[in-house]
Amino acid sequence: MPTELFSTTVWIPIALLLAFAVVGLFGHKMKPVVAGGISTAAILLAMVISYSTAYFYFFSDGLVEGKYVMLVPFLHEWLRFTDTLSIDMGILLDPISVMMMVVVTTVSSMVHIYSFGYMKGEKGFQRYFAFLSLFSFAMMGLVLAVNLFQMYIFWELVGVSSFLLIGFYYQKPAAVAASKKAFIVTRFADLGFLLGILLLSYFTRTFDFPTLMDPGGTAISSMAGLSFMGVSTLTWALVLIFMGGAGKSAMFPLHIWLPDAMEGPTPVSALIHAATMVVAGVYLVARLFGLYAMGAPGALEVVAFIGAFTSLFAAVIAVTQTDIKRILAFSTMSQIGYMMLALGVSGYGGEEGLGFTASMFHLFTHAMFKALLFLGAGAIIHAVHSNNMGDMGGLRKYLPVTHIMFLIAALAISGIPPFAGFFSKDEILAAAWANNQLYFWTEWFVAGLTAFYMFRLYFSVFWGANRTYEHQPHEAPASMLFALVFLGLASAVVGFIPFSAFVTADGVPFQTHMHLNIAIPSVAIGIVGIAIAAWMYMRPGTVADRLATAMPGLYKLSLKKFYIDELYLWVTHTIIFKGISAPIAWFDRHVVDGSMNGIAWVTAQVAEKTKKMQSGQLQHYGYAMVLGAVAFVLLLLYWGAR
Amino acid sequence: MDRLSLLVLVPVITMVVIALFKEPKKVRIIAAVGMAVQLIQILFLLVAFFAERGAGNTSEMLFVTDVVWYKSLNIHYAVGIDGVSLSLILLTGVVIFTGVFASWEIEDRTQEFFITLILLATGVFGFFISLDLFTMFMFYELAVIPMYLLIGIWGSGPKEYSAMKLTLMLMGASALLLVGILGIYFNSAPGGGPLTFNFIEISKITIPAAAQYFFFPLTFVGFGVLAALYPFHTWSPDGHASAPTAVSMLHAGVLMKLGGYGALRIAVMLMPEAAQGMAWFFIILATIGSLYGALGAIAQKDLKYINAYSSVSHLGFILFASLMFNQVAYEGAVLQMISHGLITALFFALIGMIYARTHTRNINEMGGIMKVMPVLGVAYMIAGFASLGLPGFSAFVAEMTIFVGAFQNNDMFVRVATILVVSSIVVTAVYILRAAGIMLYGQIKNKEFELLPDARWYDKVAVFILVGVITGMGMFPGWLAEMIFAGLTPMFERMAN
Repeated sequence: MPTELFSTTVWIPIALLLAFAVVGLFGHKMKPVVAGGISTAAILLAMVISYSTAYFYFFSDGLVEGKYVMLVPFLHEWLRFTDTLSIDMGILLDPISVMMMVVVTTVSSMVHIYSFGYMKGEKGFQRYFAFLSLFSFAMMGLVLAVNLFQMYIFWELVGVSSFLLIGFYYQKPAAVAASKKAFIVTRFADLGFLLGILLLSYFTRTFDFPTLMDPGGTAISSMAGLSFMGVSTLTWALVLIFMGGAGKSAMFPLHIWLPDAMEGPTPVSALIHAATMVVAGVYLVARLFGLYAMGAPGALEVVAFIGAFTSLFAAVIAVTQTDIKRILAFSTMSQIGYMMLALGVSGYGGEEGLGFTASMFHLFTHAMFKALLFLGAGAIIHAVHSNNMGDMGGLRKYLPVTHIMFLIAALAISGIPPFAGFFSKDEILAAAWANNQLYFWTEWFVAGLTAFYMFRLYFSVFWGANRTYEHQPHEAPASMLFALVFLGLASAVVGFIPFSAFVTADGVPFQTHMHLNIAIPSVAIGIVGIAIAAWMYMRPGTVADRLATAMPGLYKLSLKKFYIDELYLWVTHTIIFKGISAPIAWFDRHVVDGSMNGIAWVTAQVAEKTKKMQSGQLQHYGYAMVLGAVAFVLLLLYWGAR
Repeated sequence: MDRLSLLVLVPVITMVVIALFKEPKKVRIIAAVGMAVQLIQILFLLVAFFAERGAGNTSEMLFVTDVVWYKSLNIHYAVGIDGVSLSLILLTGVVIFTGVFASWEIEDRTQEFFITLILLATGVFGFFISLDLFTMFMFYELAVIPMYLLIGIWGSGPKEYSAMKLTLMLMGASALLLVGILGIYFNSAPGGGPLTFNFIEISKITIPAAAQYFFFPLTFVGFGVLAALYPFHTWSPDGHASAPTAVSMLHAGVLMKLGGYGALRIAVMLMPEAAQGMAWFFIILATIGSLYGALGAIAQKDLKYINAYSSVSHLGFILFASLMFNQVAYEGAVLQMISHGLITALFFALIGMIYARTHTRNINEMGGIMKVMPVLGVAYMIAGFASLGLPGFSAFVAEMTIFVGAFQNNDMFVRVATILVVSSIVVTAVYILRAAGIMLYGQIKNKEFELLPDARWYDKVAVFILVGVITGMGMFPGWLAEMIFAGLTPMFERMAN
């Protein structure tokens, strides 16, 4: 019985949550190494379980009658709303969740090990590891979610662990602002996610993925024929859900938090803001892919368009940035744009579903090489104590291992064979070609830009001007190098995995082949991008500056990230704070409360006037009594006369 | 003596014993012991409740005692509990117990302070166990009046003004309420027979529609003012700002819940026809309240004002849910009463502790507090995350239950209102993180703050218990949700028919 075999997976979240609780509550009383050790032990355990689960799932028990099936080895009803609507906590194994388990635990383990070196001597070392455990717990909960609401819960929890880690240096105003921005922007996006869940569940009467995804089920038919403003209700729901995914995955126009999130410690950027959490949006769409593909092709078009646009937009910005982490952040956005596009152009089964497989494949390879790029950047920052490319140059002599690993990663992201990125990007481009050639040419161009900006970074840091450094830069310690080499090897070889034999939209494996008509132009433009970068940046020179002055408008737009941040700032500060919130506060004090005070004042005035009647003078009371009696008698006479 | 009357008796005995001692030290300890006994007996009550239910006792109310009190008007001292009232009693027990520890540093007229504080709690306990509307109203007044003294004497800032404003507005509301309750009473036997104040009995008959349309708005607004129904909420920011810590805790944590409980159980459930007919109007008010409170909170600088506006917003959810005519939404309303009660009590406790150290509540004068007071700082962040509805804390459970329940209304008007209410959770994140960012993070602005002490033991007792309960409810909500849902079932079924 496969379900029993996989029941060990329940120890993954338990171990990580325990590690968080123990290190979080008692970490400050432990030695840093002990606290870090507990967290690392938990994630290594999770990694071992994930690998064995992946082995048994893909090679023996997952494949039933030629199809990878959904397994639920653990299920617990957590909060019940109605007979059919309940939030369940469970574990769902299918090709994409098993694949994600491997990705998350691998990168997370490497980041844990790397952090021993990178964060050494840092105040709050224990707190850092507690947050890493919290993040890993939340991310695994998200990946393994069996229920849409469970996913939302862990979705929020990864958001808060991201917040805590971005703001790790909490005395630094930029870090505090960045963490706040990340949380609020994604929170806004999650509003769409939540409304999408509510809308979807109202009609389908379920939150459970197996029920929602059942090809013979009623999920799609329950919403047939319903529409709102000319668009089908299912499309609305799925676009709203995608809004949540777009926020988490930093898709335009909800991307503004990701570059700022680089204020967090660099290993965190590698783990959360490059390899795992930011691809949660892609994972979300992939998780509900059956609904998107069969029930709401319109929603998929939105996904494709946003993905393609973001990949171009971010690549253009990355070309002019000078902070090495921000270049990588924009690069991440651009690569996630690729994944979204691939999902958007995909069909459901067989060869038609190439886009789905390509997207997951790229997610997998990107996690390896982008984590490597970030960890490499961390090693560089560790050596020169700066994020700014202008402070670097000629580092290949000082950091030989980092240099080689960084080169592998740069080649991988540029789509140069035989490194991992080549294979997955090739599939994405093939899927785009089959769907819409405009997308293909856009992404082809972006591939060139990617190669250019990545090698601009590479040459500026490791070649370029030979600087003299105040402190001689030194190679990273063993713990950091171990993680770099591990991910370097992964980036070199994972491209050879025949992904379509394992991960497909409908669970049925199929064969893919190399698309030479696509591979040749895409490798060609990658090489062109690298060549231009080499010409401009390999030796110190003025070509780049002359280009910038030749195109001041475009240069400025790209450097200032198209002024999107300024636009957001204007909306939040001028419109919401000054235009809505402050007037409400004033209105409340002066109008609403003022009218209450007004009533009180009138009452007091009336009392003030009438109290004169209580004069204590007997003759006044006598007059009043006589007058009253006369009035009463007259009244009686009047009534009597009628 | 029946076990429910003990809930009133233990606080009364505590007050009497406190009256015998003058030294602040002894008074505090007696109050703490008394409220600990109270909390323990509530936990026993909970066990007994589940034992009864487990043994198959399906009566609507358990542990019922019914004594005729004033025969000619058929007023009874009738008490009993179900899942709904028990959960609120539990809330009250936790808040008053922690409130005693949050008041540990009161040195001015300690004896009188604790007597008045516990008197307030007595009223609340009495309110929640009452089945007789008249007795309930009496306990309600018993809870409101000590508030005037507590704010007027032990408050800060313009305390006389705030105390007077609060009392007058709540008294005005209770005048409406009295008319409403009497209206219900005089229509409680449309087919002839003795009139009754027992709301369980009343829920079994149908009050004539004309009377419902007259008395529902009076009752709903009467209770609503206490639950900060827009635009009758302005007593709350001023009242909180002037009130001493424990009073804010009890007030926002528990007293405002009397309003929510009454609005749902008495106004809506006894007069469903009028409630349904007039729902649109009050839904608009509740929706405005939840967004308006949240947006108003962004512009505040004083921590207590931020939290007061936040309460307007979160209590708007309760009033909103009580107009959804859906049992899941009602369950959410009760969960939100408990959740908001705990979270806001934690907030006010922390604000009081921070104020006691920094002598300011203006966030712009603070900064870097996390560095100096890590325990209080972390607890404040937890309260903040809980308040903005992060999973793992109680508010998430309550809010999601409300949203799922409200979304079951397939009506365009209600749906738009629901979406607006849901969107206020984004605004909540803005004002919570804004305040926390300015106050807790960054560099220490005021050098004098560097030497301030972190939480003392009694502060920790209050903070840890509240954090523990909030987290516990957030992680294991199932039993509580089920208990409340089951408690709502009989009246809901009668109402729906």
